Amino acid sequence: MNLLGKLDWNAIPLHEPIIMGATGFMVLVVVVVLGFVTAKGAWLYLWREWLTSVDHKRIGTMYCILALVMMLRGFSDAIMIRSQQALAAGGAQGYLPPEHFNQIFSAHGTIMILFMAMPFVVGLMNFAVPLQLGVRDVAFPTLNSVSFWLTASGALLVNISLAVGEFSKATWWGYPPLSEMQYSPGVGVDYYLWSLQISGIGTLLAGINFVTTILKLRAPGMSYMRMPVFCWTALAANLLIVAAFPVLTATLAMLALDRYLGFHFFSLEGQGNQMLYSNLFWVWGHPEVYILILPAFGVFSEVMATFSGKPLFGYRSMVAATMTICILSFLVWLHHFFTMGASANVNGFFGVMSMIIALPTGAKVFNWLFTMYGGRVRFSVPVLWSIGFMVTFVIGGMTGVLLAVPPADFQLHNSVFLVAHFHNVAIGGVVFGVMAGYNYWFPKAFGFKLDERWGKASFWCWLVGFYVAFMPLYVLGLMGMTRRMQHYDNLSWRPWLIAAAFGTAIILVGVVCQVVQLVVSIRNREELRDVTGDPWNGRTLEWATASPPPAWNFAFQPKVAELDAFWSSKNRAQATKDEPTPTRKYEPVEMPKNSATGFVTAFFAVVIGFALIWHIWWLASVGVFGAFVTLLAFSFRRYNEIEVPAEEVARFVRSHQAGVAA
Amino acid sequence: MRYGLLAGLLIGAMMLSGCTEGVLDPKGPIALAERQILFNALGIMLAIVIPVILAILGFAFWFRASNERARYRPDFTYSGRLELLVWSIPAMTVLLVGGVAWIGAHDLDPGKPISSTVKPVNVQVVSLDWKWLFIYPEQGIASVNKLVVPVGTPISFELTSSSVMNSFFVPQLGSQVYTMSGMATRLHLQADHLGTYAGISAMFSGDGFPDMRFTVDAVTDDRFAQWVRQARETGSALDKQTYADLVKPSKAVAPFTYRAVAPDLFSSIVNADMGAQDSSLSICSTSQRAER
Repeated sequence: MNLLGKLDWNAIPLHEPIIMGATGFMVLVVVVVLGFVTAKGAWLYLWREWLTSVDHKRIGTMYCILALVMMLRGFSDAIMIRSQQALAAGGAQGYLPPEHFNQIFSAHGTIMILFMAMPFVVGLMNFAVPLQLGVRDVAFPTLNSVSFWLTASGALLVNISLAVGEFSKATWWGYPPLSEMQYSPGVGVDYYLWSLQISGIGTLLAGINFVTTILKLRAPGMSYMRMPVFCWTALAANLLIVAAFPVLTATLAMLALDRYLGFHFFSLEGQGNQMLYSNLFWVWGHPEVYILILPAFGVFSEVMATFSGKPLFGYRSMVAATMTICILSFLVWLHHFFTMGASANVNGFFGVMSMIIALPTGAKVFNWLFTMYGGRVRFSVPVLWSIGFMVTFVIGGMTGVLLAVPPADFQLHNSVFLVAHFHNVAIGGVVFGVMAGYNYWFPKAFGFKLDERWGKASFWCWLVGFYVAFMPLYVLGLMGMTRRMQHYDNLSWRPWLIAAAFGTAIILVGVVCQVVQLVVSIRNREELRDVTGDPWNGRTLEWATASPPPAWNFAFQPKVAELDAFWSSKNRAQATKDEPTPTRKYEPVEMPKNSATGFVTAFFAVVIGFALIWHIWWLASVGVFGAFVTLLAFSFRRYNEIEVPAEEVARFVRSHQAGVAA
Repeated sequence: MRYGLLAGLLIGAMMLSGCTEGVLDPKGPIALAERQILFNALGIMLAIVIPVILAILGFAFWFRASNERARYRPDFTYSGRLELLVWSIPAMTVLLVGGVAWIGAHDLDPGKPISSTVKPVNVQVVSLDWKWLFIYPEQGIASVNKLVVPVGTPISFELTSSSVMNSFFVPQLGSQVYTMSGMATRLHLQADHLGTYAGISAMFSGDGFPDMRFTVDAVTDDRFAQWVRQARETGSALDKQTYADLVKPSKAVAPFTYRAVAPDLFSSIVNADMGAQDSSLSICSTSQRAER
């Protein structure tokens, strides 16, 4: 019996220069980072303040860092896809053989959706939602840490697949029978399965945590109709997570049973039904789209209101639209496979339902439009992303409704027109949204603003690059080009694909500008410093506290009497400026204690995942045992909270006030 | 400006359509009707999308903070009339496009036969790794990677797969439909113009996927009859044995024909009793894919 299962030296693709180059670069980055931390002697700091932190702001920040790193990885895949297709025309094969190209587009989709967009959105919610609700932390702080580290474990497994073994070649949705053992005997699909399973459990736990937080922990007086819109969209997204992610987990578990134990859920033999997988996958997959886009809508709502200097237009209408989308998103999954041969009534029903989602979405666009009307719009970086979003998203929405017409979909299904459509809404909606949120909340998280010039340069490169990269794909889709082509014969496609590759290069400049923006901002942090805690003249409670906020967020629990609580309290303060502020007695604050549970559990999760992928059964047992013992140890913990003395709270408030006054 | 870019590209695409073999250059009634639906839906939506984009840019420009002439109205946060408008404009659009979708889904249902005075030709399609098999049950012949059809005649397809999922698609003739093992899907197409059209698989199916192409020759009735005669005289017969050879994975296969076909071949592929009865067959194809 082999102690290492299927694992041997052949698993490392030494003969593939591109893969080894990428692996070498990845290892180099890790070594540099570890070396830097060691040189600074920052290990203890890192462990205490970040790795074991249960502070929602720290966890949110770590989610966003994970997302930014994975964005670089997913974007490298995008560059390879576009350059391969620009080259491999006519008889040419390009520089990527099919077994490599197929891994790249599968990894690109998986990473961008589950390890870039998801962590970014969850990270922004983590950071902003408790602050906006005026509370000190989420409902289950340690669980929050577990969620993050499980997501990071999944991302780590995807990256390990680059160096050890291979990633799935069966697309990001992993349709059987192609993803069954019979047609994908390698470990690629197993990497896909276990990285999604582990991160999916993390996401489900995060969803439960946030639904509980938003429903049960709000500042006194904050009724549902006084909640900031971002919290509403976060609630909708997390309700979707709680409802949809178990479907993904169950579906992937069935596929795993097929692959590992010879079950016949989706297999060709034994009455397996491949159509069942497509249905189940998209029952998760379509709500997933809204899990990503709804919080982005929330960010745009906050940004448009703040930078227009007036409340969001039609708040109630926005809330209604959000919750309508939340419910409708479960009634449209079949539009992902109109071409499977369902009856006209079924296709017609799901086509019309898909369009009905355009109704609340359209209403939202109009409401943002009228938020600007009568405002004073300051063109800061977050607003540029928001306006770029509105224009781009309207086009993406239009092509989406086009694809929801079944006869049009019979022609455009799986074409690069579809690829252009979902990038139009995913980049124009989700990426622009998280970028707006990143620029908007960065000063709150770190106490200094991001550099405006580099931020604007990045925005314009992304915007122009997006149009140059994806408008040609719409044309190519109409010309009959299908997606995932490693090479093609039709030479009339080539100019358009070269244009698309050029657009990707422009986006690359945008990505570089983003990195430069971060570096420049950190270097000039003293000039960009914001001592007030309210750099944008904000409206919601997160701007009422210092930047960065103390671990306890608010010295006194805010009391909320209306929508846009901070804005109205500023207006009141203006009116009663000359009256002396009543002195208040500071009280000690109970804060949740740090815990290594998340980090250690995630370590064992990686062990379990890796062991299952390579069929190292004893190691998987060790991992399960370790994870169980970790949770057991946590459950025996005596003291869950530490007390921050009143004096420390008071000292922080005084120093902050002194900073504001100076 | 950005809309201009899109419109320019779309117009460019339409102009190119004369020579691009795409869905905008239909050669049969189904593709023609689908292009019409595409244009109708696009037209309805552009009527609302263009003004919205202009309004976004216009509002953003006029209400910029530095514009002294714009009136600041921080209390303009709700208007019942505007809300009614805001919800009814997309509602009207959805009503119109939804109507197009519902009617279109029924009229152009892939499973619905094309009404015609001409008797349809039946073709059974099997997607293999990585090539297409076309069986003509009435003519008793079969063809690989080349579909020959008489022009102006409805073609009634029954489709299945020998292995993974694929999608049978001839962009210039219209609708695509999935091929899935263990079941048969239906599709009805017709070519109205003589010519050669490209056919593809529109569902990723593995390493040989990009070469999984076929050509469709739309020919006159006489030429079709002639092609059938020729096919009957050359090549081998397609039975379980030769089918087992064909099933082996191969890429970029040049077209060829079979002079005869075992009558129950298609139904036995659909019912998968090839694999069940002859277990060596399925093991063979499994291990071969695994070896690659």
